[in-house]
Amino acid sequence: MLTYTIQRILLAILIVAMAVATMFLMIHAVPGDPANVMLGPRATPEIKAALRARLHLDEPMTTQLYYFFSGLVQGDFGFDLRSNRPVLDIVLEQFPHTLILVGSALIVSTIGIPVGCYAAIHRNGIFDRVAGTVSVSIIAMPAIVVGLYMLLFFSVKLRLFPVIGAGNSGNWLDYLWHLVLPVLTIGIAWIGYISRIVRASMIEVMSQNHVRMAHAFGLPEAKIISRYALRIAVLPSITMLGVAIAFIFSSTVIAEIIFARPGIGRLLYESVLSRNYPLVMGTVLFSTIFIVGGTTIADLINAMLDPRARKDPG
Amino acid sequence: MAILEPAKSEVAGRGDVRAVLRRLVTDPMGLIGLVIVISFIATALFANILAPYDPDKIDILNKLQGPSLEHLFGTDQLGRDTLSRLIYGAQIALMVAAVSIGIAVVIGSILGSIAGYGPSWLDSVIMLLFDTIRSYPVIMFALAVVVLFGPSLTTIMAIVIATSFPTYGRLMRTQTQTLRNAEHVLSARALGISTPLILMRHILPNTIGPVLIVASMDIPFVIGIEAVLSFLGLGVRPPTPSWGSILNDGFTYIRNSSWILFSAGAPLILVTIGFTFLGEQLRDTLDPKLGRGR
Repeated sequence: MLTYTIQRILLAILIVAMAVATMFLMIHAVPGDPANVMLGPRATPEIKAALRARLHLDEPMTTQLYYFFSGLVQGDFGFDLRSNRPVLDIVLEQFPHTLILVGSALIVSTIGIPVGCYAAIHRNGIFDRVAGTVSVSIIAMPAIVVGLYMLLFFSVKLRLFPVIGAGNSGNWLDYLWHLVLPVLTIGIAWIGYISRIVRASMIEVMSQNHVRMAHAFGLPEAKIISRYALRIAVLPSITMLGVAIAFIFSSTVIAEIIFARPGIGRLLYESVLSRNYPLVMGTVLFSTIFIVGGTTIADLINAMLDPRARKDPG
Repeated sequence: MAILEPAKSEVAGRGDVRAVLRRLVTDPMGLIGLVIVISFIATALFANILAPYDPDKIDILNKLQGPSLEHLFGTDQLGRDTLSRLIYGAQIALMVAAVSIGIAVVIGSILGSIAGYGPSWLDSVIMLLFDTIRSYPVIMFALAVVVLFGPSLTTIMAIVIATSFPTYGRLMRTQTQTLRNAEHVLSARALGISTPLILMRHILPNTIGPVLIVASMDIPFVIGIEAVLSFLGLGVRPPTPSWGSILNDGFTYIRNSSWILFSAGAPLILVTIGFTFLGEQLRDTLDPKLGRGR
C-alpha cells in the first residue's frame, strides 16, 4: 500500500507539472507579443515594458518556465491585471461556494445507490425498466439544458425556488434553498450513473456463493441485502468517485452562470469576458490541481478498500 | 480456397449487419434511437429545404411571439423564426460532432494501439499523456483556450479533439493488449510482416467496433460542449444559429417568452436520447461484455 501511495502521489505531481507546462506553452503559442495580448492594443509602451519585466518575458523560454514553476511551488499563481491582487487570494475567496456545490452534488448522487439496489432486487420489474430508461437518458443529458429547464419551470414559472444568487450565508436554510437547483443541475446525471453501476454489481453479487448461503440459512432478505450484498455492490461506484469529482467540478461553471451564484466557475467566466489572462490561467491551474488532488485521494481510498486496484497505478 | 475466403466472410458480414438491424428495429429503445438519429442527420443535411423561413430574417414587428401557425415555435427577440433557427442549428451540431469525434477517434486509435502493442516505456508515456488530459476540467480548459485563441468553430472542434481522444485511446489500448498475443497476430509477426501493417490489417479491424460505439454515444456530449460555449457567447459567432446561442437568447428573454428557451432545449434532449438509446442497443447487441460496469 505504501509503494502504491508514493507511486500515486508522484504520478499526481507529474500530471500537474505536465498540465502547467501545457498551459504555459499555450500562452506562448498565441501569435504576437504576450504583453500585447494581455494588455490590449491601447496600452502604452511603458506599461507593456513593465509587464514584460514583471513576467520575465524578455528572458529565454526555459528561464521563464523556471520562474513560472518556482512561483507556483510557493503558491504564487500570478496577479490580477486589473486589481493587482494575487490570483490565489481571489480564487480562495470564491472557492468555498464551489466546494459546497461540488460536495452537495456528490452527496446527492448517492441517491442512485438505493435506486440501483431496488432495481437489482426487482430485476426486470416495472421499477427496474423505468429507472433503467430514465437513468440512461439523464446520464448523457447536457447539464446546461437540465439547469435552464429547471430555472424555467421551478423558478420562473412555478416560483418554487429562487432565481439567482447563493442566498444569505448567515441563514443556512436560505442558503440550502438556493443550493437545490444548482446541485441538481450538475448532480442529476450522476444519480443515474451510480444507480446503473450499483444495479449491475448488485445483480452480480446476489448470485455469489456467500449470498446464496445466507439465503439457504434462511436469513431475512433485508438483512442479506444490507449486511452481505449491498456493501460489496457499492464498491465499484467508489471507483467512479475520481471521475465524478473532475466532471462535477468542471460543470459548476454552467450551474454558477445559470443561477448567478458566486464561485470559481463564475470567476473564470468573468475573467474570460474581461480578457484577464493571469486570472484565467490561475483559476484553471487551481482547478486542475484541485481535481488531480481529488482523483488521487479517490484512487487511494479505492486502493485501501480493494487491494486489486493497487496493481495498476493510473 | 484463398480466393473463396474473402467472399465468404463478406457474406457473413452482411448477414451480421442485417441481424443487428433486425434487433434494433424490434427493440422499442433501439427503434426510437434509430428514428431520432436519422431524423437529426436528415434535418441537418436538408435544412435549407425543411426550414420554413430564412433563419436570419429579422422581423421586429413580430418579435417574441408565442407559437402560432405561421411560427410553430414562436419568434425570438428580433422576430426571427425559432423553428428555422433550430433546424439550421442542427447543421452546426452535426458538423462539430462528426468532424471532431472523427478526428479524435483516429488520433486515439493510433496512440492507443501503439500503447497496447509497443514497448512498455512507450505505453507509460502515452498513458501519462492520457491521464494528464483526463485531469483537465473540460469546460474550464475550453474557456482558457477560447480566451487565448478567440472564439470560433475551429477552436471548439480543437478543444473537443484534444479532450476526447484519450477516451478512445484507452479503450483501443485495452483491446489491443488482449489481441497482441492472439494466434493470427503472432503468426503475422512470425511471417515478418511489419508492425504498422499488423496493426492496420490484423488488430484494427477487430478492435475498432467498440471504439465506434463509444464514440457514437459521445456525440451528445460533444454537442453539449458546443452548446455550452455558444451559450456563453464563446462559440459560434452570431448571427449563425446554434442551439447554444438560441438557448442564450431564451435565457436572456426568459421573463418575456419562455418559448425560445423551451424549444431550444428540446432538440438537445431528443438528440441525447436518440444517440444514447441507439448506442446502448448497439452495444448490447454487438458486444455484451462492454456493457458491464457502466
